[in-house]
Amino acid sequence: MSVMTIVQAINNALDIKLAEDPTVVVYGEDVGVEGGVFRVTEGLQKKYGVDRVFDSPLAESAIVGTAVGMAAAGLRPVVELQFDGFTYPAFNQIVSHAARLRNRTRGLFQVPMVIRFPYGGGINALEHHSESPEALYAHIPGLKVVIPSTPHDAKGLMIAAIESNDPVIFMEPKRIYRAVKQEVNDARYTIPIGKANVVEEGKDVTVVAYGAMIRECQKAMVMAKEAGISVELIDLRTIYPIDKETIVRSVQKTGRLIVVAEAPQSFSVGSELMAIANEEAFLYLEAPPKRVMGFDTIVPLAKGESFYVISPERIFYEIERTVQY
Amino acid sequence: MILNDFDPKENKIVRLIDNDGKVIRPDLMPDLDDETLLKAYHAMLFARVADEMAVSYQRQGRMYTYPPNMGQEAIAVAAGMVMRHDDWLIPVFRELGTWLAKGIQLKEVFLYYMGNEEGSHFKQAHHVLPFSVPIASQLLHAVGIGFSINYFKKEEVAFTFVGDGGTSEGDFSEALNFAAVWKTPVVFTIQNNQYAISVPVRNQTKSINLAVKSMAFGMPGVQVDGNDFFAMYATYQEALSYAASGKGPVLIEAVTYRKGSHTTSDDPTKYRNKEEEEAWEKTDPLSRMKSYLQQKGVPMEDEQELREKYRSEVDQQFEEAEHSASYPLEDVFQYMYADMPADLQKQKEDYRQFLTWKEKRK
Repeated sequence: MSVMTIVQAINNALDIKLAEDPTVVVYGEDVGVEGGVFRVTEGLQKKYGVDRVFDSPLAESAIVGTAVGMAAAGLRPVVELQFDGFTYPAFNQIVSHAARLRNRTRGLFQVPMVIRFPYGGGINALEHHSESPEALYAHIPGLKVVIPSTPHDAKGLMIAAIESNDPVIFMEPKRIYRAVKQEVNDARYTIPIGKANVVEEGKDVTVVAYGAMIRECQKAMVMAKEAGISVELIDLRTIYPIDKETIVRSVQKTGRLIVVAEAPQSFSVGSELMAIANEEAFLYLEAPPKRVMGFDTIVPLAKGESFYVISPERIFYEIERTVQY
Repeated sequence: MILNDFDPKENKIVRLIDNDGKVIRPDLMPDLDDETLLKAYHAMLFARVADEMAVSYQRQGRMYTYPPNMGQEAIAVAAGMVMRHDDWLIPVFRELGTWLAKGIQLKEVFLYYMGNEEGSHFKQAHHVLPFSVPIASQLLHAVGIGFSINYFKKEEVAFTFVGDGGTSEGDFSEALNFAAVWKTPVVFTIQNNQYAISVPVRNQTKSINLAVKSMAFGMPGVQVDGNDFFAMYATYQEALSYAASGKGPVLIEAVTYRKGSHTTSDDPTKYRNKEEEEAWEKTDPLSRMKSYLQQKGVPMEDEQELREKYRSEVDQQFEEAEHSASYPLEDVFQYMYADMPADLQKQKEDYRQFLTWKEKRK
């Protein structure tokens, strides 16, 4: 066991896969010499050489488009897009090809690749550096979307993502890249894609969250506990394929659902969870399901960001209102 | 050497036979025996006949939208003949002659245009990606494949195609740039057939030609008469050995003319005139090839008889496609993921229940 941050845990996962699978290559902007702007790939080029871990020219569509070709020809590329807001130039390659080549060729070709990028706000960044586009990708048939919230999960999910025979969008919560430290098993292990994690069991209300919001929910739960409210916290871990079973079971037990996420709330993962609660647990509901999410606005720059960022107080406020409904 | 001697900056163009099939550059003519020459001619004629019939099937309502190839056969057949078994083909949708040479069956092409993805599950083709509809996006796949070829230390070459309109897309520039920086073995062919649906190439670019764009990316580029089989063949041979020997990518602009419509859904009389079509008709690749063979004294079968023979072959393949075109509900779902997510499983089962209900209701 070693104490690791999320950055180190992902680095460790890449290290393990590079060592055991010669078809794995890692590339993107600044991932080689510099080790990535957040240092997730630090040291890997030195260890595995410039043929396997390298800096590409600066063009997101080409980074993903070439990875589609590599995957079709027997490699398992893991590409980094530098920020959430810079994934859009690659959108066509992701949606039109990475997600579709298997279906288009009736399984003749498959696209085992991972597209990883830091996402989310709360770090006083420039525009385009604080976004949460998971709903865009979860909406695309053919993709899997994964978001870890702890170093342990980040490692196991990354190894599973690299081993997936379908393309995985791997979103890394940059706000807690280094803020969360945890004992992580040094050996190789995987965490299955498509399975949520019940972080804490409770009986009054189900709170579903993922990524950097898990920690904020845990802070809110301290307040809830003081107020005598028992919260069941579920970490989605995988956005798609979504683990309906775990969510439905929990909502049927507590009768209440709150979704906490940073993305704009309309047409979001939260909206999907509202639909699941209504379709699968309608007769169990004691209160209207609630989304505690970003406004349907652009994430404000630093001076206005505190309005947008979801605080533990706001989560607790909504927990209390839902329980008292 | 073609790649050195035809500077696109000076707007030079590789042309080895004239419109009457007379050799104008004997020094550059590829050395092909009569059998190979006939094979090329037959492949071009077969592609022409198959294409004419495809348009006619579409008109009869037996097939959906189809993009005709007519007039561009020299490029496709030359590429197909130069490519080796392990070379990769990353096509667009207007290289019928290359597809057939690489082992795609005509009935698969028909199946695809009948609206069945099974037509892209090539049963016999080796190292061929499916047709790509979003313009120029496929070029990046070729670069990725080129990277893999280098990575696995193979001597294969990736051949990829794009139209003149596609050169305006960002992916075109990104692909050329990545290919050059990574020194990947990719032969890019721009099929400049003068129109992107209705927009003429003069409205796509202010470059003097399209081959010259290669210079900005630091790779060789050459403008070739795409209706001259020999010019295309000789250029492809050189491009293949250049790329296969580890020197990096090559850009070929094949200047040609789309005799038909963009797809069966548009009407070319709206954006081009008879004079223009007649001028290009004199450069038709098939008649130039035929004139060349006649002048060389190669014994040939009668063209009408050949056409009849090909027509019945094409018809047979079309009927096979028509009869194999079943499409079970399962096929909508089962190829989305390696393992079907529970959600999709449920959507499929729900729909099956609806079908059962509908059946009972009758």
